[in-house]
Amino acid sequence: MRVTLKQNNEILRKIEEISGENVFACYQCGKCSAGCPMVAEMDLLPNQIIRFLQIGAGEAVLEKRTIWLCASCFTCAARCPKGVNLAKLMEGVRATILRQSNSDQVAPPEMVKKPLPQIALISAMRKFTC
Amino acid sequence: MEIAYFPGCTLKTTAKSFETSALAIAGSLGIDIKELPEWTCCGTVYSLAEDDLMKQLGPVRTLARAEGLGYTVLTTLCSMCYNTLVQAKQFVTKDPVRLQKINTFMEEEPDFTGVVEIKHFITLLQETGEEKIKEAVKNDLAGRKIACYYGCLLLRPREAAIDDCEQPEVLEQLMQWLGADPVFFPYQVECCGSYMTAVKPDIVARRAYRILENARENGAEAVITSCPLCSFNLKERQKDIKAIYPGFKDMPVYYFTEIMSEALGITKTVENS
Ligand code: SF4
Ligand code: SF4
Repeated sequence: MRVTLKQNNEILRKIEEISGENVFACYQCGKCSAGCPMVAEMDLLPNQIIRFLQIGAGEAVLEKRTIWLCASCFTCAARCPKGVNLAKLMEGVRATILRQSNSDQVAPPEMVKKPLPQIALISAMRKFTC
Repeated sequence: MEIAYFPGCTLKTTAKSFETSALAIAGSLGIDIKELPEWTCCGTVYSLAEDDLMKQLGPVRTLARAEGLGYTVLTTLCSMCYNTLVQAKQFVTKDPVRLQKINTFMEEEPDFTGVVEIKHFITLLQETGEEKIKEAVKNDLAGRKIACYYGCLLLRPREAAIDDCEQPEVLEQLMQWLGADPVFFPYQVECCGSYMTAVKPDIVARRAYRILENARENGAEAVITSCPLCSFNLKERQKDIKAIYPGFKDMPVYYFTEIMSEALGITKTVENS
């Protein structure tokens, strides 16, 4: 994949502040991506999200679908040999975007119209709306 | 000892049968649980943003109320409530400044100290023990091949887990006590797609298909769960699965308490409603 890198450490600082995680603890073994249930749908692997953040390409991360496909299943967090909680970093990226744009990623009217249990709607709203 | 029971929203609607069967089981085994007189939604997903204390108010308020009533143990049925309460408690109690801030904000509530322990209902059954549960069995589930699906939130992250996060066995153990035959089921800890069901139901259908087929390949006749969202995804999304994979055959999905109440003779046979 070809990407143009624009160095931006401000984004990384924000994401680390929100998530409380240190991206430089990651040594790129790829275990998180190997076990991620959503990986087949993603446009950037979970470990690549971290790599992009490490090299200052945070802006490219903000544009990816990956963060909105993460289901917060904590599989990556449970398996990371370096103790990185990637689920929290994903939330850090989502929160950065939602706060900056102050608009919903998926607004409630765009969600599934057929009946859903509250648990599905509330959790989706917590993840996709600001 | 009386234990506080926090139902959470979905247990009062789509997962009503989960609550009814669990309360009947608790009653028949003498597990003394009582619904909190006042509770609020926990938020369903634990907020992973460290700088946003507001999102912890829902779960912490409920815990504070339980403590205020003198409870030292609180139980839940829903895996998502369980996980949110446990992680919120860990997050808030880890830092005294945070704890003080949240207590000051909720000044109308009793102070939250963190003494109340959160136990999933499965853990309460485990503590009740093999002997007592085996004694209570009226209709042995002999020969019933059950796939125990844990999903994510009973097991991850590690700090919130009720059992080993890769190779759990509490549900299998419980099914064995009831006489059933739990099957080997490698997909038991795989995520069903969770809240994606509200925005990308096709992805969830594909996840559910792989999980259910893995259960079937290993000889299961039914899948059990303790999460109303997993239950919805594995059960209701079967219609969407058929649209993608026309050869797909229905697979019954139950709450573990539905199967259990059948074994204890509380209900005749469980219906896959
Ligand atoms: S598993 Fe951990 S160390 Fe390995 S690539 Fe993923 S985040 Fe980095
Ligand atoms: S938490 Fe997100 S990134 Fe991590 S394994 Fe689950 S879906 Fe993938």
